Amino acid sequence: MNAYATHADDHHDHHGPAPGLMRWVTTTNHKDIGTLYLWFAFIMFFIGGFMALIIRTELFQPGLQIVDPHFFNQMTTLHALVMIFGVIMPAFVGLANWMLPMMVGAPDMALPRMNNWSFWILPFGFAMMLSTLFMEGGAPAAGWTLYPPLSLQTGDALPFIIFSIHLLGISSIMGAINIIATIMNLRAPGMTFMKMPLFVWTWFITAYLLIAVMPVLAGAVTMLLTDKFFGTSFFDAAGGGDPVMFQHIFWFFGHPEVYILILPSFGLVSEIIPTFSRKRLFGYSSMVYATASIAFLSFIVWAHHMFTVGMPLIGELFFMFSTMLIAVPTGVKVFNWVSTMWRGSLTFETPMLFALGFVVMFTIGGFSGLMLAMTPIDFQYHDTYFVVAHFHYVLVPGAVFGIIGGVYYWLPKWTGNRYNEGLGKWHFWLSTIFVNILFFPMHFLGLAGMPRRIPDYAVQFTDFNQIATIGAFGFGFSQILFLILVVKCIRGGEKATDRVWEGARGLEWTLSSPPPYHTFSVQPVIK
Amino acid sequence: MAEVARGHYFVPEAAKWPIVGSIALTLIMGGFAAYLNGSALGSKFSIVGFILLVVMLFGWFGTVIRESESGTYQPWEDMSFRLGMSWFIFSEVMFFAVFFGALYYARVLSVPWLLGEGTGIETHLQLWNTYSEIWPTNGPGDLGESDFHMGWWPLPFLNTIILLSSGVTVTWAHHAIKVNHRAQIIIGLFLTVALGFLFVYLQGVEYIEAFHAGMTLSSGIYGSTFFMLTGFHGMHVTLGAIMLTVMLFRAIRGHFTPERHFAFEAAAWYWHFVDVVWLGLFIFVYIL
Ligand code: HEM
Ligand SMILES: [Cu+2]
Repeated sequence: MNAYATHADDHHDHHGPAPGLMRWVTTTNHKDIGTLYLWFAFIMFFIGGFMALIIRTELFQPGLQIVDPHFFNQMTTLHALVMIFGVIMPAFVGLANWMLPMMVGAPDMALPRMNNWSFWILPFGFAMMLSTLFMEGGAPAAGWTLYPPLSLQTGDALPFIIFSIHLLGISSIMGAINIIATIMNLRAPGMTFMKMPLFVWTWFITAYLLIAVMPVLAGAVTMLLTDKFFGTSFFDAAGGGDPVMFQHIFWFFGHPEVYILILPSFGLVSEIIPTFSRKRLFGYSSMVYATASIAFLSFIVWAHHMFTVGMPLIGELFFMFSTMLIAVPTGVKVFNWVSTMWRGSLTFETPMLFALGFVVMFTIGGFSGLMLAMTPIDFQYHDTYFVVAHFHYVLVPGAVFGIIGGVYYWLPKWTGNRYNEGLGKWHFWLSTIFVNILFFPMHFLGLAGMPRRIPDYAVQFTDFNQIATIGAFGFGFSQILFLILVVKCIRGGEKATDRVWEGARGLEWTLSSPPPYHTFSVQPVIK
Repeated sequence: MAEVARGHYFVPEAAKWPIVGSIALTLIMGGFAAYLNGSALGSKFSIVGFILLVVMLFGWFGTVIRESESGTYQPWEDMSFRLGMSWFIFSEVMFFAVFFGALYYARVLSVPWLLGEGTGIETHLQLWNTYSEIWPTNGPGDLGESDFHMGWWPLPFLNTIILLSSGVTVTWAHHAIKVNHRAQIIIGLFLTVALGFLFVYLQGVEYIEAFHAGMTLSSGIYGSTFFMLTGFHGMHVTLGAIMLTVMLFRAIRGHFTPERHFAFEAAAWYWHFVDVVWLGLFIFVYIL
């Protein structure tokens, strides 16, 4: 990015934040809202993680140990919903809130009041979702994909889970609209589209995906609601409908959704790697085009989740080939990251470590995805732990590592203090080692035929399950280090310079650390 | 996108309405969910939530209108509103696309499969070998026992004419705003709103006719798709007509100048959107 501000913000005469709790409830400031989103995601990360540990504890040994199967299924369902909608997506939106205005030289987000609303729907949506745990019949237990007819057997929780999904959808759509409006309308003069930092680009494209598919999810769950309570028969063959139709609609949302969960992390990694390689990003424009083609292709691959459901042959073939096509732009990205590092003067501060971990381990997940994309092979792997291994590789050392890397990268900018680098490195190495102990054995379990979403298993799967459980506890507890590090960094530490990282480029680094409450009230001019 | 003039972008101070909106939505939805589970309190919560939502909308939009009338917004802010509204409408398009998709899936795929086409032959032979209806259908289970078919004549056709004319009158009102012809603005908007509510009324008449013939949401896939598509559309028409009613009152109060009248345009865009959805409905639900 060759954006240099001609003058940084010299205009700090604004009102500061209102005092007390109401500051956070009523704020319209993108930095405050970003902070809210990030803390919300962090809290949900521990809640979702706690559920995962319940799952892994039960799976430490064959047989039923600590929870009954129905509760186990509630845990797998809620764990996924919390991690997807409560952790990764809010964390991305939090980073977008903090950084996009500062990266494009905007005074704030384009629609600040709606920005507040996008955030403040979330706690209510999740309160509703988690309250289902205490209802008659328990929380939803049919998996996060909510396939009927099974999901229609949910007890009192069903309408609540559906409406909580509506709330989260409303929040995401408003957040996405805000991001699009900010990027289209509030860029500083001279900040042309092809000068935008890649994090801005990837979010721009992600926002379109969100607006296009969140309403589709809303429609799908609305049909579940009416099938259950108003007698419609969308998913009931006796009335001429088809339960498989739900799967088509769900995955038309679901596959773009998984790219919603990864594209902003692509952007984060594309910010971090050039900084610590002290080089420009290799192939900037190909990165932009690759992101756009991934987004486009993500709309025509959905049925790779349904290979075994009994589709016509032509469908199996089409979705196999279109899915494999996505590997091409994804490969372009990995190639560009590696080429950016080629002959760079590399240093390995914590953000860079997480970015590197991302590149390696996301690629592992990409490859297992390619294996799953082959229809005949998927017949073997579908609904086994191999799928669990695949999506956890792309989501945990993928999406989540990207987020953590981004947090380390900008934490000194946000707080004005440097974090403890030693602690950060411990966090990285422990996370990386344990995440592999946790998820790598799942490949073997899946190949050997262990189905997903079951509380009990045949004895021959015991060893790998025990290894995975050890990894899970290790990974979970390593995250406490992160919490400690963040809190320590907020409270003090060595003062950070404005540029923070000597190799960093971009408008956000022209601001002081921490930046004033309102930044770029007078827009910089980009040459 | 055209470059807009830059000054100082308006960033509002603390906003109290969003949290009220969140509470309202939670009450509405949580209450409705409890109601569906058979709780007597549920509907009360929903009603309270709904009232709160209306209060919130008045408060929030009231603030924005006051700011707008006092000249807070420049073309730069205006552009953000335009972008916001356009992409909101796009999200609504996607919402309707789901139900059109369901209609397509049922007619082109799932019903023919139940009839034994393609890979459905075994299902047909083993489970429902007497099933032969093509479309409209209430499914092999003969749900709701109704074979009623909504023709496109006369009510839906009349409604098409009504909505299309309302599209014309709203455009007329828009032109009147541009030349600042107050009386024409008001008449144009009034006609649009009247046509809008007439549409909703006639839709109600049609529904009653259907109910008398025994067709409801539970009449298999035909009833499901018919009522969900037309029902959601009717709700959107109602919403659009309410928005235009607000614009009518604002026009009577003397709001909107030839240069600056985005609220009106947003409502008009929305109106054209429900219009286009109706054309889709008319073709795919009624005629074909
Ligand atoms: C290289 C690109 C990718 C390919 C070819 C690919 C392919 C696949 C396939 C074929 C499946 C279905 C497996 C089955 O159920 O039998 C699957 C599942 C899944 N993938 Fe990927 N994938 C890719 C990247 C990603 C990314 C980037 C993410 C998210 C960040 C992701 C998240 C998921 C999830 C969450 C599931 C499981 C959904 C469920 O059934 O619960 N994938 N993938
Ligand atoms: Cu997929």
